[in-house]
Amino acid sequence: MSLTQAFFAIIRRDLVLALRRRSEIANPLLFFVLVITLFPLGIGAEPRLLQAIAPGVIWVSALLAAMLSLDSLFRSDFDDGSLEQILLSPHPTSVLVLGKIIAHWLVTGLPLLVVAPLLAVFLGMPNNSLGILLLTLLLGTPVLSLIGAIGVALTVGLRRGGMILSLLVLPLYVPVLIFAGNAVQMASSGLPVDAQINILISILLMALVLAPLPVAAALKMSIN
Amino acid sequence: MPWLVSAFVLITVAGLYGGLVLAPTDYQQGDSYRIIYIHVPSAWMSLFIYVVMAVAGAIGLVWHIKLAEIVAISSASVGASFTFIALVTGSLWGKPMWGTWWVWDARLTSELILLFLYLGVIGLYGAIDDKRTASRAVAILALVGVVNIPIIHYSVIWWNTLHQGPTVTKMDKPSIHVSMLIPLLLMALSFKFFYVIAMLQRARVELLQRERNAQWVKNLISGSK
Repeated sequence: MSLTQAFFAIIRRDLVLALRRRSEIANPLLFFVLVITLFPLGIGAEPRLLQAIAPGVIWVSALLAAMLSLDSLFRSDFDDGSLEQILLSPHPTSVLVLGKIIAHWLVTGLPLLVVAPLLAVFLGMPNNSLGILLLTLLLGTPVLSLIGAIGVALTVGLRRGGMILSLLVLPLYVPVLIFAGNAVQMASSGLPVDAQINILISILLMALVLAPLPVAAALKMSIN
Repeated sequence: MPWLVSAFVLITVAGLYGGLVLAPTDYQQGDSYRIIYIHVPSAWMSLFIYVVMAVAGAIGLVWHIKLAEIVAISSASVGASFTFIALVTGSLWGKPMWGTWWVWDARLTSELILLFLYLGVIGLYGAIDDKRTASRAVAILALVGVVNIPIIHYSVIWWNTLHQGPTVTKMDKPSIHVSMLIPLLLMALSFKFFYVIAMLQRARVELLQRERNAQWVKNLISGSK
């Protein structure tokens, strides 16, 4: 089996597995929606206030949802031993792991884009910033999955890795949050956001190239 | 070790004397600027130690040298303490200068995130029972952190800045007077000594704990009784 075939086989396998357990797709999504609904209840439903905090709230909730869904990335494979088989295969681990991360993003990251417009309406965001919000989510959530994969790979062998995972991963999410949140904020005041989008693209490309390497190294460490 | 301690004491006394007594009072900030003799060196150390930790971790990862692994993890807690000191002194200085304990200023914020990165390293090390595995995990994390620190730092700077610009690293002509600069550099040097002392002591404890079943440790203990 060639490397390309193996890569797509992994993606297909993970997608099939995810579709057989649909509730795991729905959970992060529900979490995302619920957290955002909590903000108006906690802060008050004043439209101008909500409009001002909307980009930050949506992005912080996306961050938390992405982090909570991370655990499923390697957990079941680690438990049933297929992770060891992936590491034993003759192909480079980092490429196969990238396939797993992409499949995970398709299942947990992409759905966030689908509900985001609805939530933007909840929070009274102006229509002209909606496109930018979707664009930042499209560019930003893969980075969250890629960086998060490093944290999961480091903690997958631990019985209670949840708290430590957030401590490892959240500080590394800061740049994405800053640029994405700022882009949406700027867009709702009608300012140009090319710089932020370009930086997000470069962060995405860097994460795409670099992140699989430490993930592979960390998985090898966690397995033995 | 006695040499290190005596060098540390000498340099610290000289640096503190120079900084607290000899250096003139600042015409704008009065005497409260003198906290920089603690604040600035510990902020430098916080970054320096992270790099040391990552380098030692990489050495341990590549060549499987136990001592490098131990140096890496022993550096983490010292580095975290320096980061904490930099944050606390920064906040103490910010109260009279900016009128508030905490400002979401770029450098303070990135220092805070650095503290979280350190705590992540320490937490991860504590969470994994097998210490050899834990050292490798810590090394990977530290390397990821080193790649990320510049990105985080510049994104935070871009996000918001209020802090004074750098006054010492401008190579051609530092905008700080020599009588203030010399004690500052002395303090930076003394903090380096302190780091080495603290790190070596931690490393000694760590090494003895890891090798507690080895024969030489048993000989050492029975010999000292």
